[in-house]
Amino acid sequence: MARKFTPKVLTANDLLEGDVIYMTADGTWVRAHEQAELIEDETIAEMRMLTAQGQQDRIVGPYLADATMGPNGPEPTHFREVFRTKGPSNYFMGKQADSANAE
Amino acid sequence: MYTYTDFDEAFVRERCKQFRGQVERRLDGSLTEEEFRPLRLMNGLYLQLHAYMLRIAVPYGTLRADQMRQFAMIADKWDKGYGHFTTRQNLQLNWPKLKDIPDILDALADVQMHAIQTSGNTIRNVTVDHFAGASADEFEDPRPTAELIRQWSTDHPEFQFLPRKFKIAVTGASTDRAVIRAHDIGLEMAEKDGQPGYRVLVGGGLGRTPMIGQEIRDFLPKADLLPYLEAIVSTYNVLGRRDNKYKARIKITVFENGIDTYRTLTEEEFQRTRAKFSGVDQEILADIETQFALPPLKDSDASALEAAIAVDPMLGRWVARNTATHKHDTHAIVTISLKEHGKTPGDATSAQMRVMADLAEKYGYNELRVSHEQNIILPHVAKSDLPAVFTALSKAGLATANAGLTSDIIACPGMDYCALATARAIPVAEKIALRVKELDLEDEIGLMKIKISGCINACGHHHVGHIGILGLDRAGVENYQITLGGDGTEHAAIGQRAGPGFAYDEVVPAVERLLKAYLEQRDSAEETFLDAYRRLGADPFKEALYGEASQTAA
Ligand code: SF4
Repeated sequence: MARKFTPKVLTANDLLEGDVIYMTADGTWVRAHEQAELIEDETIAEMRMLTAQGQQDRIVGPYLADATMGPNGPEPTHFREVFRTKGPSNYFMGKQADSANAE
Repeated sequence: MYTYTDFDEAFVRERCKQFRGQVERRLDGSLTEEEFRPLRLMNGLYLQLHAYMLRIAVPYGTLRADQMRQFAMIADKWDKGYGHFTTRQNLQLNWPKLKDIPDILDALADVQMHAIQTSGNTIRNVTVDHFAGASADEFEDPRPTAELIRQWSTDHPEFQFLPRKFKIAVTGASTDRAVIRAHDIGLEMAEKDGQPGYRVLVGGGLGRTPMIGQEIRDFLPKADLLPYLEAIVSTYNVLGRRDNKYKARIKITVFENGIDTYRTLTEEEFQRTRAKFSGVDQEILADIETQFALPPLKDSDASALEAAIAVDPMLGRWVARNTATHKHDTHAIVTISLKEHGKTPGDATSAQMRVMADLAEKYGYNELRVSHEQNIILPHVAKSDLPAVFTALSKAGLATANAGLTSDIIACPGMDYCALATARAIPVAEKIALRVKELDLEDEIGLMKIKISGCINACGHHHVGHIGILGLDRAGVENYQITLGGDGTEHAAIGQRAGPGFAYDEVVPAVERLLKAYLEQRDSAEETFLDAYRRLGADPFKEALYGEASQTAA
């Protein structure tokens, strides 16, 4: 029996900025985890990885990270991915600061 | 102070130019990440969790005021206004943008600095005692040796693709402040029958399989240094395991083959390498040595300091804690603490960097050091200038009087920055420091080395912490393993695991219990935590951590 597929988002770092990005359902890249596509099917996950690997001129190190659906969109499940949505805990920098500016 | 030669300058400029071209080709898509990654790593550029990170080499931790000021300029112009000093005596910038890296490298080259060989399977920045050239307990300055090794190893054709990274540390003092026993090669300056040389240790290292270096040569004449090092590294290059990353460090090679076999092979190779060296290296060394000579020290009247301390107990406390004995009794070695309670160990803002640069220029003969304990050192300060230095540091938040105390914690970047991390390290350090301040126990506890790593790679040297803390990921939750009794000095020891790990919220209380158990059980105020641990064994400390019941289970 096939192993049950845990839902994932596709994430990477932006080539120019180096910051964390996520792939949406239409194959574009966004900064907010909630706007990512929650991939619930292994075949789609593989296809998305292929797409990402073809975008080497914009992104670095794509991989699939476990996620789950929350009220505002996909949420990370592992603490490492939670930190990636925020930034460091010793300074108010990175995504947490960027999203504060955007609001 | 030593300045690089024209050859170095040309080499660094050429590398900057090459890398500028490589970045352009990466940005226009003609280089893939796979192709670009080794190139950027050769220039110290990593991609971390939230951004790129540039690791800048500070050769043997020594820098001038203008170089420190340039760091400040770079941090302001291309980063977020601060930098992180590391256990490798380097500086890391946490937020540079890829397109700016070539400009940053140019700006570094303007002050004879670079980021070469701060990554990759090469011979890395040679580290030394941060009190080198200044300490009263030193018989020879290790920096000329470190500089000679730097010149020999930089871009060495045979050693650009070693099985793994390779780290060398040198000390010339009786107290080992450079943790030489935890390096691939550790060198201790020595003398035999009036002849200068080295005691050579090999195969030390922390990380996944921590080991204390073993003696490969009890005495190596000075002139034989480079051929002998070359023999050690060549032997490793042939014997070292490239099949398994975790077994590739020289410590495993030495362990698997045994020190005696390794020594025999090295000595055989040494016969060959020695023939290759013409002695020019010794002429170079002699020249380097003159450039590292102690600057002419000014006269200083220590009585002014006594008078100032008499009216300012804070100054007195700081002088007692953060200065060390200099070769010349008119001077002192100042430790500038980058460990203000609750702040990130090793971080300095650009404003603080400028203050330190100014002080070095005004009172410190233009010299600064980065210590592996993530502090900054002013190696030569006249005692009469200490009050002025203290006042200036106080205004900049740099006068925390905690050198060597509980809050003087080493912490690696951990999961706040590092892509390899399995847990955070910085906030654990911040919280321990705040707690111990709240309890006001630091002075009572005295010498205490807490060291924290955010993963098994042990950049935070947790294995040699009196209390070591290793952050792990246990089933998707941060978990912290505590080791006890580690020691990074000449009595080096690997800390022993105390028992099961602690959750993030439980670490600080656990450390607090350890500290209190020590205070209760020590036989006098002179007995340090480490001495008490050695006398009492692990049991009372395990009991403090886990309670009586769990002790037998643990
Ligand atoms: S010990 Fe691990 S987490 Fe810490 S800096 Fe080194 S690799 Fe990163």
